[in-house]
Amino acid sequence: MYGFGLLKGLAVTMKNMALPGRMFTTHQYPSRSIGILGLAKMSGTNVVSFAFAEPKQAAKALVGLATVEDRFEQHPRFRGQEFAWYEERCTGCASCAKYCPLGIIRIVTHPGGAEMQEGEKYAIDVFDIDIGRCMFCGLCVEACPYDAIHMGSGFEEGTYDRAELVLDIDHLRDAPKRPSTWFRPQLEGKSYRPADGKDATWRDVGRHEHPTQEEQGKRWAER
Amino acid sequence: MCDEGVGGAFCRLERFFDGLLFDGFLPESLDWLAYALAGFVLAATIVNLLLMVTAGYTWFERRALGRFQARLGPNRWGPFGMFQPIADGIKLASKEDLVPDGADRPVFNVAPIALMAPAILVVALIPFEEESFLGSLNIGILFIIGVTSVNTIAIFMGGWASRNKYAMFGAMRAVAMLISYEVPMALAITGVLLVAGSMSLSGMAASQAVPFLLVQPLGFLVFLAAASAEMSRTPFDQIEAESELGSGYHTEYSGMKFAVFQLAEFMAPIITALIVATLYLGGARGYGPIPGQLWFVVMVAIVIFVLLWFRATWPRLRIDQIMSFAWKGLFLLAIVNLFLVAAEVFVLQDSETGELSTESLWIMAAINWVVTVASVVIVANVLGQRHIQRLEPVASPLANMHAEAD
Repeated sequence: MYGFGLLKGLAVTMKNMALPGRMFTTHQYPSRSIGILGLAKMSGTNVVSFAFAEPKQAAKALVGLATVEDRFEQHPRFRGQEFAWYEERCTGCASCAKYCPLGIIRIVTHPGGAEMQEGEKYAIDVFDIDIGRCMFCGLCVEACPYDAIHMGSGFEEGTYDRAELVLDIDHLRDAPKRPSTWFRPQLEGKSYRPADGKDATWRDVGRHEHPTQEEQGKRWAER
Repeated sequence: MCDEGVGGAFCRLERFFDGLLFDGFLPESLDWLAYALAGFVLAATIVNLLLMVTAGYTWFERRALGRFQARLGPNRWGPFGMFQPIADGIKLASKEDLVPDGADRPVFNVAPIALMAPAILVVALIPFEEESFLGSLNIGILFIIGVTSVNTIAIFMGGWASRNKYAMFGAMRAVAMLISYEVPMALAITGVLLVAGSMSLSGMAASQAVPFLLVQPLGFLVFLAAASAEMSRTPFDQIEAESELGSGYHTEYSGMKFAVFQLAEFMAPIITALIVATLYLGGARGYGPIPGQLWFVVMVAIVIFVLLWFRATWPRLRIDQIMSFAWKGLFLLAIVNLFLVAAEVFVLQDSETGELSTESLWIMAAINWVVTVASVVIVANVLGQRHIQRLEPVASPLANMHAEAD
């Protein structure tokens, strides 16, 4: 009958309103506000002892101004910003720069550095990636013979200036080394997840062994 | 001036000021001073309370709407986002007050006030106790119908003066819609008048030995539908229709003028709930052991919540659906209700005093519920037929003028 649809709709919304186990489709980021109960639960104490231990935080939570970091967890193979660059692996061959379809990687090197005598590594002066124009295709990662560069897992990296989007070598050195597992799914087998906030070492991410200088010396001696 | 021992809050306040000022040092010829002082104090209290309640209500509405629609709603400022109205106020107050080039300046500036004023005026008449606080008019309901109609012209002023075609569209729709819904609303109120035998709101509340929701459910339904259309919120928000018109008549408004529009809009459900609770739910009369004012507040809260529930659930109607709902549905039901109630009052009233006893109210309730269900089902089935609803679209002769001739 005409009009029953209206009542059905009312029932649907009322269910959403009244039932406790309703579904939220909203996820708050980069932080969500949290009450004093939630804060005490997070610190593993009860409310009273939490209030005595951290009165300032407790007062903030009481007026509803306390927040905790809560980012939406991306899939481990998500290709994001913050390239994970492993200087130990990089030889400065600039394959990534050559393969980049947009030409946004700039590498300047000079012969030198610890492994110069090996003849297999350059000292890198400039390593710029203009992620303002990057399309996150990952061809640089595929091109790298030494697995020295990986797509990162970061997001929400907005800036107010396009120039700040150019990652220079210092930025790449200091950036968290949380590579996306998109190119190396084997990383997932080692129970590595970028969202856990732990860095992956240069030894974990590559397929090649990378001998130390002593090992190399030994090898040379054996030859 | 108030006589000794009678009257509502206003008279009590006036006697208080009278005692304060004239027991000693002021001459009797300044009697009006106490009157003016009492009026001013009471009016200022009520208006400011109303504004604060509305500000709080904006938070509640947005929060509850979030829950209804599986969202969060404002939750950043204060516990559960309670400071959101303050944040909104600061933001809107600090925004630039833009007036579009070519706008009709005086009209543009007056429109928000003209929309806000009726809502506040209505509250002066609502009987929060046996009497209204400020103006116990004996034609209170007429005053309310008249004053709330000013909404229409205020919205039209805003839309017209903006010099924006979308604002104008919204305003035109507003005029068409609001005036249509005045008719069933007034007819539904007439049913209450007939049973109550009084035009003052306090008289109406006092005569509800049985709440009029039970006595004339049809009138209640018609009034609720018409009133929620008068508020011009979803499902009747053709006036602002965000997806079609920007935001309708207040597209061009910003800063405090926009805030006043928003405030008036959020005040509307409160005012509507006050009127509905007075007309149909017994007002501040109180039943049995329940104190009247508690009953009143609870009823107002329930009506507000129901209106919010409607808003959260139903999608926007098309303008032709809105108009046909008013004229084919509500108008018909209101007429049925009016004639039914008139006949019942004629038969059941006391032949000498013209009053209705509680028993006859219950008899009316029994008859009216049957008629309500029957008439709603009949009207719904007649209106719900597909071939009535869906007209064949007729193509404009200009629509295809560049197409090749067959």
